[in-house]
Amino acid sequence: MSAAASAALRFTNLTLGYSRHPAVHHLSSEIPAGTLLAVVGPNGAGKSTLLKGIVGELRPLQGRIELNGIERRQIAYLTQQSTLDGSFPIVVADFVAMGLWREIGAFRAIDRRARARVEAAIAGVGLDGLEGRPIGALSGGQLQRARFARVMLQDAPLVLLDEPYAAIDAASVRDLATLVRRWHGEGRTVISVLHDLEHVREEYPLSLLLAREPVAFGATATVLDEANLQRARHLAEGRAEASAPICRHPNGLPHVHPAPPGHANPRETPPHA
Amino acid sequence: MTLPAFLAESFLLSPFIEFGFMRRALAGCLALALGATPVGVFLMLRRMSLAGDAMSHAILPGAAIGYLIAGLSLSAMTLGGLIAGLAVALLAGGVARHSVIKEDASLATFYLISLSAGVLIISLRGSNVDLLHVLFGSVLALDDAALLLLATFASISIVALACGLRLLVLDCCDPAFLGHISRLAPLAHYGFMVLVVLNLLGGFHALGTLMAVGIMILPAATARLWTANIGPLLLIAVGSALAGAYAGLLLSYHVNLPAGPAIVLTLGALYLVSMAVAPLGPLAARRRPRWHFER
Repeated sequence: MSAAASAALRFTNLTLGYSRHPAVHHLSSEIPAGTLLAVVGPNGAGKSTLLKGIVGELRPLQGRIELNGIERRQIAYLTQQSTLDGSFPIVVADFVAMGLWREIGAFRAIDRRARARVEAAIAGVGLDGLEGRPIGALSGGQLQRARFARVMLQDAPLVLLDEPYAAIDAASVRDLATLVRRWHGEGRTVISVLHDLEHVREEYPLSLLLAREPVAFGATATVLDEANLQRARHLAEGRAEASAPICRHPNGLPHVHPAPPGHANPRETPPHA
Repeated sequence: MTLPAFLAESFLLSPFIEFGFMRRALAGCLALALGATPVGVFLMLRRMSLAGDAMSHAILPGAAIGYLIAGLSLSAMTLGGLIAGLAVALLAGGVARHSVIKEDASLATFYLISLSAGVLIISLRGSNVDLLHVLFGSVLALDDAALLLLATFASISIVALACGLRLLVLDCCDPAFLGHISRLAPLAHYGFMVLVVLNLLGGFHALGTLMAVGIMILPAATARLWTANIGPLLLIAVGSALAGAYAGLLLSYHVNLPAGPAIVLTLGALYLVSMAVAPLGPLAARRRPRWHFER
């Protein structure tokens, strides 16, 4: 994996949501290039929504996201597993090779050099020997390793991981966390949505605590103190009770976020962050 | 010539050597197996087998209007079917999405309304023979124009699948990933629906509106029981479609059965045999564990 160009992200008064129902309110922060950042918070805090905003799947209701020097399609984005059809008849090597899309696109052949990179990525996640196995015959942990191998081949300056360790065994978490550390060491910006606070304290130097609005951002030890966590829980409960389209921002009057053109789309998936 | 060789030739080859209509039927089935069957594989993998069936019925009213205007004219019925099929392909997804009716019910309503409308329109002007022709096809009566049409649809499908294979695979397997890395995701979706409609039309001419999906879905389901790898799966599906079509035509010739149903039944028999003996079939799965999760 070659060293990738660095990325920096800036959120300015960012509000993101679905059909005028904001899920993340008034987030302003700057994420320096090469950061290893954990996004934490209660269920429904807007963590996954934030990642969708970064990759451009959701347009901001207000404010903006600036990606300095990288294109949206250069971002490697590991979604929660629900979108992958695990029963699809494809073998591990072909599945992982799709990470080369930026180079091979829809039409170009996978040459011997590319094939060697695919094999190296598969070995890098500890799946060597399983290249020819259908993805449907992998365990949950093995499938997640295969998805990490695909991310590895994307060679992205900015990597977004949405609950990458949900429902996988401890050994896989350990191996995949090693990979994440390596990506950070290579100068990539990595942003992970995580629930395991112990893991975040051990692995992530920076954290963003969300509860529909930013609670704290900075060094993990400071962000994840008991007072902040309690405030996040309190905010999440309060938000759930409040009528959702109305934004009760502490620094202003309650207001409703207008929907941008084409935004109030009933086909949008509901928030599950 | 030895006796077995003679018997083999007279049984397996002579119908095609002696009769032009059998050769034409075989050529038509060859085109369908090469074009429609791989499209059927993706239809199955997208869990749209039933939607494909409903769409094949949706073609009928369009083809029937073509028939009402121009009689049993290949071009009029094809054009009518094409318009109806594309309209329904666009509408079907939307109806399921924006209505309280669930997808299976919405497909069933589509299917019933289209079939009855089609049959009604045909019987306004035509005879029972014409009705049988549109319902069950006329694989033994393919003329030059029909063969050319089937060959054209097959060629378009093969070229489109060869170019778009990677897109289609990714669109089925991990659509969110494709949507993120490429702008071509809508092309994969709508291009595929166009291919489905074209091949249903080809199938409609040969096997009729009730059987058109047979040569798309049955070989695909058969192949899925033999392999869990998309490349070999496509080859096995095409192979079993060819074998089933050939055997079905022979059966219809020797036992004097209607050709379309004989072909579809033979494809069905291949599927049932595969259920019993293929490595990914339910019986084989009982005999031994398929894979070990742990290495």
